[in-house]
Amino acid sequence: MATVLPAEPRISDIRDDYLALTRRKRMYGGLLLLAFIVTFVAGFQIAEERNAGGFAEGISRIFDFPHDLISEAWRNAANMPGHATAAFPALIETVNIAMVSTILGCLLGTALALAGTRGLAYWPRLIPVARRTSDVFRAVPEIVIALVLIFIMGGGPVPAVIAIAIHTAGAQGKLFSEVNENVDLKPLDGLASVGATWWQRTWLGVFPQVLPNYLSYSLLRLEVNIRASAILGFVGAGGIGYELRNAMTFGQGKFDQAAAIFLMLFATIVIVDQISSWMRNSLTQGRAA
Amino acid sequence: MLEVKKATRLFGQKRAVDALSFKVDGPQFVGIIGRSGAGKSTFLRMMNRLTDATSGQILVDGRDILALKGAEARAWQSQCAMIFQQFNLVPRLDVASNVMHGVLNRRSTLRTMFNIWSREDILRALDILDRLGIAEQAPKRAEALSGGQQQRVAIARALMQDPQIILADEPIASLDPMNAQIVMDTLKRINVEDGRMVIANLHTLDTARHYCDRVIGMRDGRMVFDGTPAQLTTDVAREIYGADDSFNEAATSTAINRPDDSPALTALREAASLA
Repeated sequence: MATVLPAEPRISDIRDDYLALTRRKRMYGGLLLLAFIVTFVAGFQIAEERNAGGFAEGISRIFDFPHDLISEAWRNAANMPGHATAAFPALIETVNIAMVSTILGCLLGTALALAGTRGLAYWPRLIPVARRTSDVFRAVPEIVIALVLIFIMGGGPVPAVIAIAIHTAGAQGKLFSEVNENVDLKPLDGLASVGATWWQRTWLGVFPQVLPNYLSYSLLRLEVNIRASAILGFVGAGGIGYELRNAMTFGQGKFDQAAAIFLMLFATIVIVDQISSWMRNSLTQGRAA
Repeated sequence: MLEVKKATRLFGQKRAVDALSFKVDGPQFVGIIGRSGAGKSTFLRMMNRLTDATSGQILVDGRDILALKGAEARAWQSQCAMIFQQFNLVPRLDVASNVMHGVLNRRSTLRTMFNIWSREDILRALDILDRLGIAEQAPKRAEALSGGQQQRVAIARALMQDPQIILADEPIASLDPMNAQIVMDTLKRINVEDGRMVIANLHTLDTARHYCDRVIGMRDGRMVFDGTPAQLTTDVAREIYGADDSFNEAATSTAINRPDDSPALTALREAASLA
């Protein structure tokens, strides 16, 4: 009745194996680090060669423009409240563009995310379609869409809204579907077990879990979109970006106006950030209660 | 060696731990029992300085460890190992690395970030794993192990710290009865062979009776029982858990019918009484 037992690995073998493993890991790590340093240095040198100036000579001049802007604005500081009042309607237009496009984009993004998440989608076969759609939406820069639309429709806020909304839908579709992938599927099983339809399951089982995250990402997107809609003003979509472009051009002596616009944009972002963090807090605390 | 003086922790108005005082001389195996929310975990977390105390003192060899700050507090943590119910290993790192985390307090952050361990550290970790019977798991990821094995890795990490005191917060609450016995036997071995004090929060009374030298009962943050396992009768247990006559230990006992002591444990106990 002799049974052949598999030989128990002895501690000395285990030691040698593990030490060899450690050495191998260290070697790979070292090689990787070396490759990283080589690529980094080589990449820097290529960029340096192709540059018109040089990194070392140029770095001291990095603050020249802000310095000019601030010193000129400081000299004419008395004019700034007047400039701010004049630019205020344009700021409202910019914020409006951002808000409308965020709402439209996030709604479309929600639909794309729901259609593109495995396990939640109504038509599982269309998952790749929904995913590629949101890929395309976020791959195209909003400024390209805006330029095309301005060419067709003429300047104004509508092309800006459409352009930003499309980009937002793509970005939020990706972010929301990542939130969806972390959804706990047990409540959905529970709802399915009582005979609920897909809409009922999604409404009662998915949304309560994902909405706090959706809202959080959407508020972040609102901040990003304020900046985006200001930039679109540069290409003729109206709003504060148009005013800023006119004021910022070198040598016109309008830097006090540019500074006033910068300050207003900064204040707007701070206010939106404060409001959104307050909303997120009340939402999470409301959930805990 | 260990003296707890009116250790108190408030969460808002709630007294999670309420003026807890007791003294332990020498390397005893102390069990703390009580129902969920009685303050057992909070007390262990206070001892390990994971949770700050509201007031009171915990003296270890005459030094108040609740007053330590910064690097000194971290040095104390390295001498007072903690074992958790859910093991709290780093799941994606290999077992030996998880064990070596026990000496993090004595190693530089930079070396840790590049995952460079000295040969002595590696060999010591492997020896500890060998002592606990899981050396062949050393290169595997921690998440690939069973619950009982993971808890033994956690104990190995604790041993790597070479601590004076080992705190165990419900070490067997998420293990099946057989693994629970292996883990408790291991803790007992460390207690007896190495002479390290063990303080364990326990859920099951038969475990407390079987392994502990001394049992402390807590209810609503206060100590309501302090005695030997023999004094822990069913009536006392009802008092600790605030249960009525319908409370029946046998109904939820997880003990596999255990002929009172396994030979190994009896031998260990004898060794302990001689020491």
